[in-house]
Amino acid sequence: MATVRLSFSPAPVHVRTARLVGVAVARRAGVDEGLLDEVRLAIGEACTRAVALHRQYGLADLVTVEMSDSGSYTVRVIDHAPIEASIGLTKLPPDELAAESLTEDALTTGVGFALLAGFVDDLQVRPVEDGPGTEVRMVWPVTRR
Amino acid sequence: MELSLATRTVAEHTVLEVGGEVDVYTAPRLRERLIELVDAGARDVVVDLERVEFLDSTGLGVLVGALKRLRTAQGTFGLVCAKEPLLKIFRITALDQVFPIFPTVEAATERTGSGPAS
Repeated sequence: MATVRLSFSPAPVHVRTARLVGVAVARRAGVDEGLLDEVRLAIGEACTRAVALHRQYGLADLVTVEMSDSGSYTVRVIDHAPIEASIGLTKLPPDELAAESLTEDALTTGVGFALLAGFVDDLQVRPVEDGPGTEVRMVWPVTRR
Repeated sequence: MELSLATRTVAEHTVLEVGGEVDVYTAPRLRERLIELVDAGARDVVVDLERVEFLDSTGLGVLVGALKRLRTAQGTFGLVCAKEPLLKIFRITALDQVFPIFPTVEAATERTGSGPAS
């Protein structure tokens, strides 16, 4: 099993770096080329969500992305925001998406979760084991080693 | 690739050509440009996504914001997109039911001028 761990300050500019690393490790792990766009998008969405939460709560703590290839390709994106912030992660129905009352931030959060749920078959969102925070865990199959 | 933005006029429509990556880092520039266009009087706006290599939820949020702004201003708003990976993003988020999406700029400028954005 190989593990790559990346931690970054919660700034939007670093989300791209996390995407690039996540896709490079996925390719190395043997994730099918046809899935790499989805891996890139999902890692980006999970990191964007983590950065947004840290900024919302004024947290300077690093966001962590851990990638491992033990039989499958597993990516964990870990934030340290209060757990209640994760409540309300729901997919928005189409008729609410363009509603005037919906803020851009709320729309982005809902759409981001829809993308995660839509692109990742094996997705778990759960509290971290120690301290405040949430772990978004995504797993993709590995087809060649 | 960095975000690129270029504006041109086609059949009385303002066409904003977007290229590169639209994400949490670059989307604010796209938002600013779209607001500038509407503030400057553009009412029939088409955003051409053909050269976009990456689009995330933040970029989608900016596009919905532009749609609402133009709807308020009695304008029209359409997207040009024929790339399957991007179209899949619109389908998964159900935003394909919110935006008029056209395969070419020509199709967008012919059809979005016929009525207010819906």
